[in-house]
Amino acid sequence: MSTAKQEILERIRGALRDVESSRADEYAAIPRAYVQSTSDALDQRLGLLTDRLHDYDATVYRCAPTDIQRTIGEALIAREKERILVPVGLPGEWLPPSFDFVVDRGLTYEEINVMEGVVTGSAFAIAFTGTIVLRHSAEEGRRALTLIPDYHLCVVQARDVVQTVPEAIRKMALFGASPVTTVAGPSATADIEMTRIKGVHGPRTLDVILVVD
Amino acid sequence: MSERVGEAATAPAFPDAAKRLMTNQQLRRNVRHATEVIRGKRSKVVGEMPDWEMLRESGHQIKEHTLRHLDFYLEQFEQACMRAGGQVHWARDADDANQIITGIIQSHNESEVIKVKTMTSDETRLNSALEAAGITPYETDLADLIVQLGEDKPSHIVVPALHRNKMEIREIFLKKMKLDALGDRPEDLTNAARDYLREKFLRVKVGVSGANFAIAETGAVCVVESEGNGRMCLSLPQVLISLVGIEKVIPTFNDLEVFLQLLPRSATGERMNPYNSIWTGVTPGDGPQEFHVVLLDNGRIHVLADTESRETLDCIRCGACLNACPVYRQTGGHAYGSVYGGPIGAILTPQLQNMEHSQSLPYASSLCGACYEVCPVKINIPEILVHLRGKVVERGGAPFSEKLAMKTAAFGLAGPARLSGMQKLARIGQRPFEHDGELRNLPGMLSNWTSFRDMPAIPKESFREWWAKREQDEMK
Repeated sequence: MSTAKQEILERIRGALRDVESSRADEYAAIPRAYVQSTSDALDQRLGLLTDRLHDYDATVYRCAPTDIQRTIGEALIAREKERILVPVGLPGEWLPPSFDFVVDRGLTYEEINVMEGVVTGSAFAIAFTGTIVLRHSAEEGRRALTLIPDYHLCVVQARDVVQTVPEAIRKMALFGASPVTTVAGPSATADIEMTRIKGVHGPRTLDVILVVD
Repeated sequence: MSERVGEAATAPAFPDAAKRLMTNQQLRRNVRHATEVIRGKRSKVVGEMPDWEMLRESGHQIKEHTLRHLDFYLEQFEQACMRAGGQVHWARDADDANQIITGIIQSHNESEVIKVKTMTSDETRLNSALEAAGITPYETDLADLIVQLGEDKPSHIVVPALHRNKMEIREIFLKKMKLDALGDRPEDLTNAARDYLREKFLRVKVGVSGANFAIAETGAVCVVESEGNGRMCLSLPQVLISLVGIEKVIPTFNDLEVFLQLLPRSATGERMNPYNSIWTGVTPGDGPQEFHVVLLDNGRIHVLADTESRETLDCIRCGACLNACPVYRQTGGHAYGSVYGGPIGAILTPQLQNMEHSQSLPYASSLCGACYEVCPVKINIPEILVHLRGKVVERGGAPFSEKLAMKTAAFGLAGPARLSGMQKLARIGQRPFEHDGELRNLPGMLSNWTSFRDMPAIPKESFREWWAKREQDEMK
């Protein structure tokens, strides 16, 4: 044990001599009267999510599970993208022909940097805040994949859309030690005269495909 | 111990710095514009939350609870982080932290680091320490980049360059990025930063970050950001070092459900900031394969020890109190002489230095309470300001005029005869300065009051005199 650690902990204990109550009881007694979840129907949740994503200028597509391939093609044509990165676990049947898809098998950052965009799945989404959650599974790719390319097309399963932040955090808690990234719109800054600029270092354009069963 | 808050220990006193800065009209316009925009956005998205007050209460209580059991939660965090492959270091003060971080970088023979916005590293003056060791730090947050390239100091916790307008930023970028041409729209400037930093993100092997939250239960660390520079620094380098103040720990992962609602709405007026990164130790095949956490005291335990101001450490650095503060909105952040400006800086900066420096800061407030009202974790800043003023006086640090006034008041209030005698004297003394029942342009130290505030004249008759006369009249 380092001496700095001992010293810091001893000084903290000295500073907290006034504390007598039990930690566990005290933690359990913290009031949590805020909204935990809502009973909104799926349609309402999807409507809200779509609304929020539009706020970020994302294009939102809706399609049936059998239509994912066609919709991905439609989105890529609309953005004029051809050379597209995909994570290793993305279902092959999602990928339309006549695009140049490159599967990430240990690409270098420089190789990722020349891609025109990336198509991935997602863990789930939060309607209330318009947030997409990535847990970086094989379908979503390691963190660099959804970060370096300038365009991100993200597939969200409608059944995986929750309403509130507390519902979302409880789902994330089950992910264990895997890294989590939440995305609410394309990267942005308001550092210069509070003018919101879309896209700084992360993808400057984000589109979403909502897959409704 | 050598606790340090940037260069606060040698900064000029607040009234002197403020007086000088208030003559800078450009700066005042920039600060006013920026704070008005954020205040408007914040109040809109806070207003749509029916449970905002409940979230504030929970946030406050979670933080208070964590501080009361800080030793337990820090050790729990350390164990969980190490289990997940992280390495945890303990730093007593700024020098400890800077040495640890420099040592890690040198052990990899690297001479460059990419940094994602960490006020804590401004507090320890990490960049100077790195430069002294021959290591070049690249700030990657757009505002921090503007501050670094402009050889300037941050003036706001969340938007450190809000005192600069786009023309000033264009000049800095043209010169420091060695560009031939550059437009003056915010888009042009943002694109210049993107191009300038992209190559560094892809190449530099070591990243340095702060943390918004460190989760004791799982050992995870959470960084909240907007631009994607955070994700770049946190997930592309081979080695990541996070400098974390000991007050940043929270008990459980579920507690994020409170803070990830409070923070973005309070800080930037967004329902959710564009990016949150949460990672736990090291993930094989994804992101840095070596991860260090440096837990920093640097004066925080002084704050912890004072039960009346302990809640200063609840702060989640949202900056809402700065935007709400009528004093900050006039002076901007530099007047506070600290990396932490505004109301929270006025209470945090002197306490981190064990009340030995920055003693004018607890007076840099009109105690209007706007900061308390917007604070997402309900820190009672006005009450702590008053408490700290008391501490300054105890240490003999109060201004001479205040001490003299207090002594005079103590004498005058010691008995009814003394009070009435002093009132009579004052009535005579005020004659040359009285106009329509108001005192104007009082001389000497009293001018500090009348040059900024209204001061009613002492009335011709005191209540006691009127009461005594009334009783006499009744007896007649």
